[in-house]
Formats: sequence, structure tokens, C-alpha cells
Amino acid sequence: MTDTLIPTTTRKDWTSDQEVRWCPGCGDYSILAAVQMLMPDLGIRRENTVFISGIGCAARFPYYMNTFGMHSIHGRAPAIASGLALARPDLSVWVISGDGDALSIGGNHLIHALRRNVNLNILLFNNQIYGLTKGQYSPTSEAGKVTKSTPFGSLETPFNPMSLALGAEATFVARTHDMDRKHMMEMFRRAHAHHGASFVEVYQNCNVFNDGAFEEILSKDVRSDMLITLEHGKQIRFGADGQFVVVSDGNGGVKIALAQEVEDSEIIVHDEHNPNPALAFALSRLASGPHSPTPIGVFRDVVHPEYGDQMADQIQRALDSKGPGDLNSLLRSAGATWEVH
Amino acid sequence: MVDSVVELDRVIVRFAGDSGDGMQLVGDRFTNLSAAFGNDLATLPDYPAEIRAPAGTLPGVSAFQVHISNHDIVTPGDFPDVLVAMNPAALKANLVHVKPGATLIVNADAFEERNLAKAGYEQNPLEDNSLADYTLYKIPMTTLTIEATKPTGAKPRDAERSKNFFALGIVSWMYSRPFEPTLEWIGKRFSARPELAEINTLAFKAGVNFGETTEIFGHAYEVKPAKLDPGTYINITGNTGLAWGLIAASKLSGLDLFLGSYPITPASDILHELSKHKNFSVKTLQAEDEIAGVGAALGASFGGLLGVTTTSGPGMDLKAETIGLALQLELPLIVIDVQRGGPSTGLPTKSEQSDLLMAMYGRHGESPLPVIAAKTPSDCFFVAIEAARIAIKYRTPVVVLSDGYLANGAEPWKLPDCDLLAEIDPKFSREPNGEHPDGSPAFFPYLRDPETLARPWAPPGTAGLEHRVGGLEKADVTGNVSYDPENHEHMIRVRAAKVAGIANELAPLEVDDPDKAKVLVVGWGSTHGSIVGAIRRVRANGGAVAHVHLTHMFPLPRDLGDILRRYDRVIVPELNTGQLSKVLRAEYSIETIDVNKIQAQPFKVGELEEAFAREVFGA
Repeated sequence: MTDTLIPTTTRKDWTSDQEVRWCPGCGDYSILAAVQMLMPDLGIRRENTVFISGIGCAARFPYYMNTFGMHSIHGRAPAIASGLALARPDLSVWVISGDGDALSIGGNHLIHALRRNVNLNILLFNNQIYGLTKGQYSPTSEAGKVTKSTPFGSLETPFNPMSLALGAEATFVARTHDMDRKHMMEMFRRAHAHHGASFVEVYQNCNVFNDGAFEEILSKDVRSDMLITLEHGKQIRFGADGQFVVVSDGNGGVKIALAQEVEDSEIIVHDEHNPNPALAFALSRLASGPHSPTPIGVFRDVVHPEYGDQMADQIQRALDSKGPGDLNSLLRSAGATWEVH
Repeated sequence: MVDSVVELDRVIVRFAGDSGDGMQLVGDRFTNLSAAFGNDLATLPDYPAEIRAPAGTLPGVSAFQVHISNHDIVTPGDFPDVLVAMNPAALKANLVHVKPGATLIVNADAFEERNLAKAGYEQNPLEDNSLADYTLYKIPMTTLTIEATKPTGAKPRDAERSKNFFALGIVSWMYSRPFEPTLEWIGKRFSARPELAEINTLAFKAGVNFGETTEIFGHAYEVKPAKLDPGTYINITGNTGLAWGLIAASKLSGLDLFLGSYPITPASDILHELSKHKNFSVKTLQAEDEIAGVGAALGASFGGLLGVTTTSGPGMDLKAETIGLALQLELPLIVIDVQRGGPSTGLPTKSEQSDLLMAMYGRHGESPLPVIAAKTPSDCFFVAIEAARIAIKYRTPVVVLSDGYLANGAEPWKLPDCDLLAEIDPKFSREPNGEHPDGSPAFFPYLRDPETLARPWAPPGTAGLEHRVGGLEKADVTGNVSYDPENHEHMIRVRAAKVAGIANELAPLEVDDPDKAKVLVVGWGSTHGSIVGAIRRVRANGGAVAHVHLTHMFPLPRDLGDILRRYDRVIVPELNTGQLSKVLRAEYSIETIDVNKIQAQPFKVGELEEAFAREVFGA
């Protein structure tokens, strides 16, 4: 909804009076700060903004936003938020989720919300561990992970959230991390701007149960060589001097090469809007976990009919052709009536 | 030629054939014809869960029973007067429902060796005199249908499929039904396929002519119109009643309807029906699963719409956690459970009353919520409105219990004037309802209405009312997360008191007791028709028996205890192992006499009559 009289707000206006109760040092604090700082810039009203979460550490998020909010049940936030967004297309609806909530118990709702392309902004706080239940492996934990429930190592292959979202027909897919507020804010801003289901994975450190999970790619000294920042229309280059590039591996995937060893024309130019998700998928497979150079940024951002718009269209067409429903006529028109005198 | 017409008070016809034979369709047609003719009626579709079990086998048999009369009737009837059997399996599976003396009309062509073997007949029952106690009409329906449709050039294989219309033609003639409506209906239904319209028309006419011109039938019968209240009538099923009731509730409350649902037998027709009526601004979402269906509905309720989810037993299991959340959030939500035979997948296409205790208690924690039950297909309309009224007024999820029998069964319904239905005021919060310590305006989402104990409902969109809700225990008034022990006990008790308080506004129960009886029958839900039918018979035999039928299952009406204690004996008939009975015993410390049937079929009137008579007249 366009509204020219949106009052100017600050971060404080978007901050609720509730005490934040995450563990000291938790990555969630910086994500919360990024969201609270971004909100005044989005041109939306607090009363038209809703945060919906499931269960888990991340799920406490709505209590800290001075907006409408619902802390719901485990895994179901995308379903509840879908109902809300379809019921009230005038609202800005955000889903806050973790790796257990979104990818384990709620995996089904997530993929269906994405393929339906309901206008939601879904933020996945991925710390690769179960925090609230005190340290069991999650569906994004690496194979072999030793935890309380896997003392001899996890036997499971983790999900790659980017690959999963792309496979689920998501129309907006991005990744960011909790150490870079500016990048987070940019990704959240883009997610908000996208009309349809937006999915943003945030690498988030759990300093109590999985500390340092992303250290190999996020510690300041390695970041330039380990983070591949995707930018639309630009060649995919990284490294302190841009010495690394991404090229086709000749086998349907992509690989990292030294810039000096390839032709300039071989370097892949990132296209967020490519209707074919194959290249975005290939990029999502470049790193099998946060241990080698990992792309961040917008993998995919394509225009696709939004579910609520189409639902509204069908209703409008019915209203145009039949006029507003009348109850007495409904009862008298649907089947054969007869009169008793 | 037959020239005499014998008048009957009532007749029960059962159409039975293979799942692919179109028995539900002709049953439905015969019903609509009879309704339009002015008979009172009740129907019982009885079909298998398999869409097409192997042709000719017992599991593949599909049947449709219709009871038509010239007076007020309440059930589809215990024993058919006429069984139409399209093959040996249909005959074998349905003969148990038919008493000696009844009329059997069978498709003789289907009684060949292979079909007989599939049905488990060692000899042809049409030839071995085993049906001597019945009036048997062996009619080569397949041959006659193929013959009649020859002028269209239809291949025998295609023509043969119209034999259900041939059967409908015979029965229509037998009971002096007007033919025109069926011909018109065929024309409309197959307007896109004129060749099929022609084949079916010829088959139907051939059936009619067969009845009229052959001399095998002694005479035709006539069931005159019933004396019904003047008005406009329609034939309604329970699922349609629920769907229309929900639309009515949407209109009456001014809240757009949102249905989140996952297809499940026998509830899917509610989703189908609501999906049609988009010009009532109805939003329907076929969700990815049962949990998402109720989740989306709850999300819509949070957004200020009338959120509804529809399901059957297995779906109720899955929705339990979200219903608990709705209860904790104290938001309106309508949950419709069209009960079927359980446990587990159970008997999907059959009917049972076995979800009552689940509806009342099937959630973790102390989680009472209102439960109401429909008693007839048309009552479903009003029960849906009542559910919305309670849900909105008390900000609570409400479970509506219907069942497979009501869902698919039909009865004539005198249409109400919807302009006379009471409006439902959602009473949204539009402004702050309190003050912060510093004197600034505040909104307290759990500051309750002192009378109803309902909390404010403030959907997103109003500045100053921003608030957070969630499944964690709420602090009284503020709604903030609270782990305080005293607060928890207070909230448990206040939520329970809110729901219990609904009983304060319920109208006094209507007890049908013209004879100062000593025996009371307490029923609920779809057993209404069978109970009333049985009570009429007991009274006709000079017995005194009273009847009270419950709609509000939780909380129970305030006057129920006094009513129960007025009688020496309380009979509780249920299509389960005694769920309401258990509640009545626990709630009122009374003895009850249980009459139970767990065959996923409705009570026969005769079964209840016997049970009631035992108590009324003594053994």
C-alpha cells in the first residue's frame, strides 16, 4: 500500500519494551539490531508490520519488535504467516526462523510457502545446531558432528538451505551473515522489496553450543578470501586483490579459478534475474559448508505472480461477473428449489 | 400395460452397484425428483473408500438409500422396500439390508459366471430359488440399454455405461415420478457432450417404457407429497449446510471468510463448496497438510478475518497443537471435524461419533474449548453460525462436530429468511485500553471484558495497538511472557471460566416429554433422526419416553443436570463406546444406560426402538 504520510521513525520506535534474553554474545543480537535499524527506512508503518516466528532461540525475535507479532509453534510460522499475508495483503509480514524450525520440523511449510510465492520475508537464522534444547545436531549440522544426541558423530547429510530454496521454486534467495550489519540490512531491504516469498539465510553464531561454526569463512583475516560477494551484473570475483574468480566447471557446475589463468570472458557474470535457476543452484553448490569460499548476496530475484494477488484477482473477477454475494440468493440459486403452498 | 396405481405412505429404495456404475448419481437424481415432487425424504449414501475397487467385487459395491414419504420422516429408513442391484456383488453385499418380501430389481445380464464368482456365488441366486422370499424382477438391463441406444451409433461398450439411467427410468416409473426434470437435468449435465446426453436420455426413456409396457410389474405406486410447512425448499446435505452457514457467519459478522484446509474424506466437499463462492470474498487455501490448513486459518484470524479449518478425525490429530495455540492466543477459530470411523485411517467413508472426547480433551495442558454438534444436515447451517458467534464473542477456537452421515445425507430444508439472522459484532479494539505508568496510552491485549472474560481482538493495522502474542504463558492483562506460578494458575482458571461462562447464555434445553415419562433419552449429533423415529414408535405403542438432544457439548447447558435428575432412567444412544455417557456420569454423578453401535453405520430405528422399549415397558 502506498502511503505518503508515513511518520518518520527511529530504531527506538521499532524496539519493544521487553528485555532481550538471548545468551550474551549470541549472533541474534546483531541480526535484531540490523532489522530494527532497517525498519525506519522501509517506508512502512509499525502497525502494518508483523513478525511471526516458530520455536527456538530465534523465535523470541517478535517479542523484541514494537510491531504486531506472534511467537507460534514449532515449524509452523510459514503456514500461519501465509494465512495472515493472504488475509491481509496490506501488511508487511516477516517470518523469523532457525535451522531446526524451518528445515526440520517445518520443512514442509517452508518449501510450500516458497513455491506458492506468498508475499513473505522469511529469515532463517542458521547456526547449525539446536540451541534452545541445548545442543543437539540440526539439519544443517555437518556430517560427523559430535553432539549430545550423536556422541559418535552425526550420520546425516546436511541441507544446503540455498539449494533447498532454489529447488523449491523460490523467487528470491539470498545469504548473509551476522558479522556484517550493512550486508544484512541490504539483504533484508532487498527481501522486503521483492514482491513474493523472499528467503534469506543468515549465518549466525551460537557461541554456547556451536561457537565458531563459521570462523573459517567469517573471521576478519580470512573473509576476503573466503566470502564471494555476489553482485548483479558483475563478474564473480573475490580475494583481497580480486585474484579469484568463478567459472564453469564444464560439468554443469561452477568452480573457483585464478583470474590470471582464465580468459576474462570465461568469468561468470552474476545474473539475479535469470529465469533459469540452474546457475544460481550451481553457485549454491560451490561450497558444501562454511569451510571453503562461500557465496553471499542475492542468488536469485525473479518476478513471478504473487499468490495473494492472484487470489485477489479471482475474487475480483467473481465480483465483476456475479456482483457481491447475497445470502438469500445463494440459498435459492445453488440447487433445485421447490415451493410448498 | 399396467393400469392401476397403488398409493403408499412411504417407500425406501436402495440403489446398489459397482463403484463405477453411477449409483450415487442416480440415487441423487431420484432424491431430487422426489424432493421437487414434494415428498419428505432422507438419504444415506454408502460407498467404499476405494475410488474404483476391482469391478464386480464386494469391496467395490456402492449404494445409495433414499426414503421418501407423504409425511414427516426422520431417517433414511431401516430396511429398503426395493433394492436395485446392478450385479451379483451388489446383491450379495446389500441383501443383508433387505427383509423378505421386499422387491429386488436386478440387472440379469450381470449375473454371468465371472461376476458370480467374483461375488463368491457358487450358483446363480437368480436361478436357484434362494430368493424365493422376495419379489424378484430379473431384467436384462445391459442388453436393453445397448438396444435402446443403437440409433445413436454408440459402441456397446459406451452405451452399456448408461444402464444406471435405465434403472432410474424403471424406478421413476414404478413410483410415478415426473420424467421431465430428469430429461432436463441430463440435457444440462451433458450439454458439452451431446452424444452422451442422447445416450443417457434414450436409456432413461427405455427404462420408463420398460416399466410401463411390460407386464412384469403388477402396478405402479405413488407416494403423495408430504404436508410440509409452506415455503421454499431445497435439498441440503450437511457439508453444504456447513459451507453456507460459514458464508452466512461471514456476512453476519462483516468478517471475510478464510478457509485453510487439506482434502480429507468426508469433509472435502466443504472446501469444494466454499471455493466456488468467491463473490462472497471467501478466501480458500488448499494447504500442504492439515497442520498448515489450521495454521493459515489461525494466521487469518490474527489478521481479523473469520478463520476456519475443516477436516475429519486424522486431521484433528494433526491440528491439535495449533488449536492449543489458538486457545492460548485467545483468537476466534472454527475447527470443523466431520467424524468418520476411527481409529487411525479407520473407515474413511463411513460415519461414527467417536471424536467427542478428542474434541473436548484432545490437547495437552489444561485446554478447554467449546464444542458444538450438528444434529441434521440442515442444522449444520445454524451450527456453523453458532460456532462463529461463540468463537468471535469469546475469542476462542470452537470445534464443530458433524459426521459422514450428516455430511453426505440429504433432507428437504425450508429455507430461512437470512435477513432475520442475528448479526455478530466482532468488537475489534480501535484504541488503547489503558495507561502506562507514565500516563501515556497503552494497549493491554489480555485485559478482559468483565462479563464474558473475552480479551480484546486487535488485528494489525491500528496504530498504538501493536502487541505480541504467543504460545508461552501470558501475563494477565499485559500479555507479556510470564513464568510466574500464581499467574499461570490464574490464567488457567480464567481461560476455563471464560469457556464455562458460555453456558450462561444458552437457551433452556427443549425436552420433548408429552407424557410425563420416567425414561429420558439423551442424544447428540446425527443420531437425532433415529432417536426421534424410535421414540415415535414407542409412543405409538403406548410407551412414555422423553427426549433431549444436545447441540452444546462443551460447556454443557446449565439446566441439563436438573433435567437428568428428573428421570428414573437415562438412556444415552451413541455411535461410539459411550463417550457422552462417560461425560454425563462424571459431570452429574448419575447412572446412564448406554446404547452403543460401532459399525460405522447409523442406528436403525428398530434397534433403538427395541432398546427404548426395554426400559419403558420392562424386559
